[in-house]
Amino acid sequence: MKAAAFDLVRPRTVADALAALADGARPLAGGQSLGPMLNFRLATPERLADIRTLAALRAHAETDDTITWGAAVTHAEVEDGRVPDPTGGTLRAIAGHIAYRAVRNRGTVGGSLAHADPAADWISALTALGGSVRIAGPEGEREEALTGWMSGAFATQLAEGELLLSVTIPRPRPGARLAYRKLCRKEGEFAMAIAAVLDDPARAIRRVVVGATDGAPIIAEGADAGPRAHAAIDAWPGEAWKARLLHVSLDRALGDIAA
Amino acid sequence: MTTLTVNGIETTLDVPPRTHLADALRETLGLTGTHLGCEHGVCGACTVELDGSPARACIAFAAACAGAVVRTIEGFEYDSVMAELRAAFTAHHALQCGYCTPGMLITARDIVLRIPGADEARVRRELAGNLCRCTGYQGIVDAILAVLAARRG
Ligand SMILES: Cc1cc2nc3c(=O)[nH]c(=O)nc-3n(C[C@H](O)[C@H](O)[C@H](O)COP(=O)(O)OP(=O)(O)OC[C@H]3O[C@@H](n4cnc5c(N)ncnc54)[C@H](O)[C@@H]3O)c2cc1C
Ligand code: FES
Ligand code: FES
Repeated sequence: MKAAAFDLVRPRTVADALAALADGARPLAGGQSLGPMLNFRLATPERLADIRTLAALRAHAETDDTITWGAAVTHAEVEDGRVPDPTGGTLRAIAGHIAYRAVRNRGTVGGSLAHADPAADWISALTALGGSVRIAGPEGEREEALTGWMSGAFATQLAEGELLLSVTIPRPRPGARLAYRKLCRKEGEFAMAIAAVLDDPARAIRRVVVGATDGAPIIAEGADAGPRAHAAIDAWPGEAWKARLLHVSLDRALGDIAA
Repeated sequence: MTTLTVNGIETTLDVPPRTHLADALRETLGLTGTHLGCEHGVCGACTVELDGSPARACIAFAAACAGAVVRTIEGFEYDSVMAELRAAFTAHHALQCGYCTPGMLITARDIVLRIPGADEARVRRELAGNLCRCTGYQGIVDAILAVLAARRG
């Protein structure tokens, strides 16, 4: 199908973009989720603001303790190591299995976090790492932890008129590991089950994120995070076959950490 | 009005924002080598080169491509890697109806240039986003592996 009619504006600065959003425009980043929604007419916005090339959203930065990716950094840039990976390669590998290269060349990390498909990869992986997002809106800028980011499927803390600027990821300490397991039948598909486990002994952090739950991810922290996440899957209201896949992905990710 | 470069020629398009790049290429510019299958990013038939990298033309809007450099299958006529791939696709029976072929070739060229050491498993992984309903993929994989091997010498 073809998209319904909409207006397109191309702001040059974050301030211009915020003005466009205040005027009712919806952000268009890589268009790799919004494009299909427009073509299916699942989304019929009157106006889009193309933010894909905004310099502030294309930047990345590093400190001793964190790395920050602008919201418009693409999956392919992460895959290729064109932006720093604080896990020493795990995030690059995750990026390389998101969709297909032609989609990764356009799709952005910020677009994925804003879209908040429960089966998307960055939501689970960056939540496990303790990431946070920076948001600009009419009232100024604020920071939100990803652990509380999703309130349900395709629902986040992002309010209308707000723009996701960047995501900041704390650097795991030496000896830390991030395990990530995505179960799907075909390469590049959205996951049927996701488990991400961060084990960072030097910071005494063990965080388990179980994704593709049809809603906000299951998050458990602490030494017994694994068993507690398994218990949460048992209590999860979804279908039994899907719960089984969540258990399997979690077992595998915990196994990777133990290995 | 949207100005972009298509196959080396600066082109001005008068299309509304809702027109996706593939429709603009096909309907306005008559470049029908870019095919449309699913129109939601899954099948790969519409894959073109956008600012030097493969992209889906069905979910990029032409007006959002102002200033971009676009190369469609027609723009690769004199490209040496594409010439090698065309010959290999012919030799290995990598197409039947040809519907997927423009997208396959643009993806294949990206694989050859970006991952010169790719083995069969990697080629298959990289092709996961281009669907072919005719060949069963074996001929396509063989053709790409042959070009990779020939270029490694
Ligand atoms: C065939 C296919 C397969 C895919 N497979 C996977 C997969 O396996 N795993 C996966 O994780 N993803 C997958 N995706 C989705 C892909 O990762 C998208 O790129 C991503 O979800 C959206 O990013 P985008 O930049 O394209 O955002 P867009 O599509 O441009 O926008 C998505 C939404 O986010 C909003 N938005 C975008 N940027 C901002 C911002 N900075 N601030 C506020 N709001 C913003 C938009 O308004 C829109 O509502 C797939 C997509 C396709 C087409
Ligand atoms: S038509 Fe664009 S991916 Fe199918
Ligand atoms: S040759 Fe017919 S779809 Fe591939």
